Amino acid sequence: MSHILTATAAQLAARIAQGDLSAVEVTQAHLDQIAAVDGAVHAFLHVDRERALAQARAVDDARRAGDTLSPLAGVPIALKDVFCYAGAPTTCGSRILAGWVPPYDATATRRLLDAGLVILGKTNMDEFAMGSSTENSAYGPTHNPWDLDRIPGGSGGGSSAVLAAYESPLALGLDTGGSIRQPASVTGTVGVKPTYGGTSRYGLVAMASSLDQPGPCARTVLDAALLHQVIGGYDPRDSTSINAPVPDVVAAARLADVAGMRIGVVKELGGEGYAPGVEQRFHEAVEALRGAGAEVVEVSCPHFDYALGAYYLIMPSEVSSNLARFDAMRYGLRVGDDGERSAEEVMNLSRGRGFGDEVKRRIIIGTYALSSGYYDAYYGSAQKVRTLIAGDFARAFQVADVLVSPTTPTTAFRLGERVDDPLAMYKADLCTIPSNMAGNASASFPVGLAPEDGLPVGFQVMAPPMADDRLYRVGAALERLLPALVPPRLPGSLAGGEASR
Amino acid sequence: MSVELMEFGEAMERFDPVLGLEVHVELNTVSKMFCGCSTAFGAAPNTQTCPVCLGLPGSLPVVNGKAVESAIRIGLALGCSVATWCRFARKNYFYPDMPKDYQISQYDEPIAFDGSVEVEVDGVVHTIPIERAHMEEDTGKSVHVGGATGRIHGADYSLLDYNRAGVPLIEIVTKPVRGTGSQAPEVARAYVTYLRDLLRSLGVSDVRMEQGSLRCDANVSLMPKGTTDLGTRTETKNVNSLRSVERALRYEICRQAAVLAGGGTVTQETRHWHEDGGYTSAGRSKEEAEDYRYFPEPDLVPIAPSDDWVATLRATLPEAPGVRAARLRQAWSFTEREYGDVVNAGAVDLVAATVEAGAAPAAARKWWLGELQRRANEAGVELADVGMSPAQVAGLQGLVDLGVVNDTLARQVIDGVLAGEGEPSQVVSSRGLTVVSDTGALESAIDRAIEANPDVAQKIRDGKVQAAGAVIGAVMRELKGQADAAKVRQLLLAKLGVEPT
Repeated sequence: MSHILTATAAQLAARIAQGDLSAVEVTQAHLDQIAAVDGAVHAFLHVDRERALAQARAVDDARRAGDTLSPLAGVPIALKDVFCYAGAPTTCGSRILAGWVPPYDATATRRLLDAGLVILGKTNMDEFAMGSSTENSAYGPTHNPWDLDRIPGGSGGGSSAVLAAYESPLALGLDTGGSIRQPASVTGTVGVKPTYGGTSRYGLVAMASSLDQPGPCARTVLDAALLHQVIGGYDPRDSTSINAPVPDVVAAARLADVAGMRIGVVKELGGEGYAPGVEQRFHEAVEALRGAGAEVVEVSCPHFDYALGAYYLIMPSEVSSNLARFDAMRYGLRVGDDGERSAEEVMNLSRGRGFGDEVKRRIIIGTYALSSGYYDAYYGSAQKVRTLIAGDFARAFQVADVLVSPTTPTTAFRLGERVDDPLAMYKADLCTIPSNMAGNASASFPVGLAPEDGLPVGFQVMAPPMADDRLYRVGAALERLLPALVPPRLPGSLAGGEASR
Repeated sequence: MSVELMEFGEAMERFDPVLGLEVHVELNTVSKMFCGCSTAFGAAPNTQTCPVCLGLPGSLPVVNGKAVESAIRIGLALGCSVATWCRFARKNYFYPDMPKDYQISQYDEPIAFDGSVEVEVDGVVHTIPIERAHMEEDTGKSVHVGGATGRIHGADYSLLDYNRAGVPLIEIVTKPVRGTGSQAPEVARAYVTYLRDLLRSLGVSDVRMEQGSLRCDANVSLMPKGTTDLGTRTETKNVNSLRSVERALRYEICRQAAVLAGGGTVTQETRHWHEDGGYTSAGRSKEEAEDYRYFPEPDLVPIAPSDDWVATLRATLPEAPGVRAARLRQAWSFTEREYGDVVNAGAVDLVAATVEAGAAPAAARKWWLGELQRRANEAGVELADVGMSPAQVAGLQGLVDLGVVNDTLARQVIDGVLAGEGEPSQVVSSRGLTVVSDTGALESAIDRAIEANPDVAQKIRDGKVQAAGAVIGAVMRELKGQADAAKVRQLLLAKLGVEPT
C-alpha cells in the first residue's frame, strides 16, 4: 500500500525537493501501480519504464548536487498519445500510425522534460481525438476507474483514467471540443482547456487546428495550475501562440477566493436532456459559490444552440485536410505495396485500412463541406456561427467574470451504449464546444456524485481569453467548499490512505 | 502519332491568340518558407529537411518574414496593389512529393494584385496586365526511374527528394493578354525575359530557368478573327527556357488552329513541352480537374503589412529594367542589338560596374561577352562567378589602353587573375608580360623570321602584303606574344621595302 500514489503532485514535488522521497521511488511506485491495475483500466498505450527511471535518477542526482529544482521536478506525468515524444511511439489511437516513432519532441513535451517531470508513457484516446468515450481507439477502450463497465470520457479518456486509477498524479490532454473537460467530468478529476494560443500546439498531432488546445489534467486544482505554468506561454514554433505572460494560475489556485466574483449561469446549458443528478450537483455548487461571496447572475447565449452543428462542419473540414498527410509515403502503415500497385492505390488501401469508421466519417463530412459549390453554405456559414458565439461570450463577459454550466449533460455512460449512435455521442460535448469555438479558457472541476448512479459530476467554468487564472480561483474555491471525491479501490490497487487535497 | 499543324502565318490570318502566363519564381531566401531549412540548390537528396517541411505529424509552419518582404517588393515592382490584410490558404490534393498532401498557398487573398508591365517587341509596346502575385511553398521532387520518358507513366519506381519542399515561391499570374496578334509568342518571351530581369534586379531570386528557379506555364487559346469570346485554352508545362516559351506557344497556336479549322474542339488540358522534339503532348485533362477545397490555413495568422513597411520597401525598389535599359544604352552608345546581347548574357550589372570602374563601355562589353563569357562557359559557372571582378576587368583594360599589354597578353593576364595570382598589374609583373618595345630586339626577331620563311618574304616583296600575317605570327610566337603586332608589321614591311597599305 503506498501513500505516494494518493499524494498530490505538489506534495510529491515538495518531498522530493526536501529529500524525504526520491524521484526514483515515486516513479517506481507509479510503474508498479500501472503494472497492478492497467490490465483492467487500459489507460496506457505505451509505458516508457527505462527512460522514466532514468529521468527520475537525473532529478535525484541534481538534488544531491544541490541544484535548484523546478516546482514539479521528479513528479511523474502521462501524455495523451498525440504529444510527440522523441523515441516513444505516437499512435493517436490509430492503426495508421502504428509503429511510428517521432524524431522530435512537442514543445509541451520539451518543457516537461526541461522542468524535470518524469514521463511515464502515452495514454489511450479515441482515434485522432475523435470521440467521447475512447471506444474509437484502434487499441481497445479505456475503462472508467469509478466503474470499469463505463466510459472514461473522450477523447482523452486515458489521461483522465490514469489520474482516477492513481497510475499518475498528472497528465496532459488535448481539447478540441471537450476532450480534456468531458473525461475530467466523468472521472471526477480536474481538466483545463487553456485560452487558444496559451499553450503551444507544436508537436501535437493535429485534429482541428483552429480548435485544438493542449492543457493540464490533475486530481487537484493546484496541481493543474502548477502543470499549466510549466507548459504555458509563448512558443515561436506555433504561429497561433500568444506572445504574452501566462496568467498567474498558481497564485489564483492558492487564493481559492470567489468573494465579489460575478458568476454567470448559462441559461441555454441545462434543462431537457440533462441528468437530474448532474443538474442537482451543479446547482448545489453554484449555491456554494454564492455562499462564499460570489454574485450569481443568469446569462443568455442564444447562439450556443448552433454550436454543435457549426462545430461538426468546421472540425471535420480541418480534419479532412490535417489527416491527408497520412498517405503511407513517409511513415506509418503501408498497405498493398507489392511493386505493382501505383502510389495512389497504395495510398487508398493504406488509408482504407488504417483509419477507423469515425475518422472516415469526419473526413467525408469535411471533404464535402469544403467542396466547391458547398463551401459557402457549410464551412462559410459555420464560420459565421462561430463569430456569433464569440459575440455571445463577449456580451456575457460584460456582466459576469466567469460563465458556468455542467461540463457534460450526463455522468459516465456504459461502454457500448452510444457506439452505434454518433449523434448521441456528439451530444456529450454540447456544453464544452462553445469555448473551443470562441477560443477562450475553460475547465471542468469535480462537484460530487450524482445521487442516482453514484458517479462523478463535472462543473464547467469558462473565462475570457487570457483570463485563465479565474478558472483556477473558482475551481480551488469549489475544492475547498465541497467534499472530496474518492474513487473506489480497484482490484489489486497499491494505492493506500486517503486521497490528498 | 502525327499531329495536324496549321502554318503559323495562316493561323494568324484566321485566329487571334489570347495568352495567359503563370510564372513561378523560387525566392533566394536563405531558409525555406515555413521552416529554417536551407534552400541551397543541389544538395544530396533529403538532407535539407526537418519535421516541418517533411510534414511530420504535429509540426507547424512559421512564415519566413524575408519571403513576405520579397513578395511585397515583387508586387510593387509589377505595379500591383499590396494587400493591407491577407491570409494563406490550403490547397488540398494528394501527391507523393507533397509532404502534407496540401500546399500552403494563397487563394482569394493574394499579397499583391492588379498590376501591369510593358514589354516591347520590334518597336511595338504591349501592356501585360497582372492579375496577382501570391506566396506559396514549393513541393518536393519526384524522380521517376525506369521507363522511356522519365515521367511517372511507365516508370519502374519513383524516388522522392524533399529538399525543395517548402522553398518559397511567388506565383505571378497575368490576366488574359489579348491583342498581341502574330507577335504573341515573342510577347510571351519578352514578358518572361522582362520578369527575369526585373526579379534579378530586385535581387529576390536566382531566376535560373534551367534550375527551375523560374518556371513558366504558358496558357493560350484562339478566337476566330472578328469574335471576342475566349476559346478553350491549354496550359503548357515544362517550358524551361526563354526560347521554349516562344517555341511552345507557336506550336500550340499552330496545333489549336488546325484542330479548330478541322471542325474539332480544343480540349482543356495540361500539355507537356518536349524541347528536343519541339512539340507538346497531352497531360492531365482538366475535365477531371480536382477540387482543391481551398480554405484559410488555420495554422497561420493573417499577414497585415503596415503602410510604413510597404513604403519602406517601395523605397528600396531598383530602377525599372526598361527605364534603366534606355538610360544605359544611351550612356554607353550601344546599338539595340549590342545592348540586347549584354542583357541576354546577364551582364548588364557587370558591364555597368566595369564602366563605373573606369573602362570604356565598348571595352567592358568586349571582355564580358567575349573572353570571360567563354571562360564561364568552360567552367560551367555564371558569368558573375567566373572569378574576375568588374574592377579587375577595368584594371586590365587600363593596361591595354596604356600599351603595357596587347589583347593576346591580356588573355594571359586573365589566366593569371583566374588562377589567383592577384590583380592584373601584379600578374603582368610576376609573369613578365610587358610588350617588347625595344626596336633592336624586334628587328632581330623579324630578321630571323624572314630568314626562316624566304618564300613568304618573297611574296610580300612581290606585293602580296596580306601574306605578311604568317611572318608576323612567327615573330609574335618567338616573342611569346609580348610585342605590339602593328609595330612588327610596320617594321617588317619597311625591311621588305613594301609600302604599308
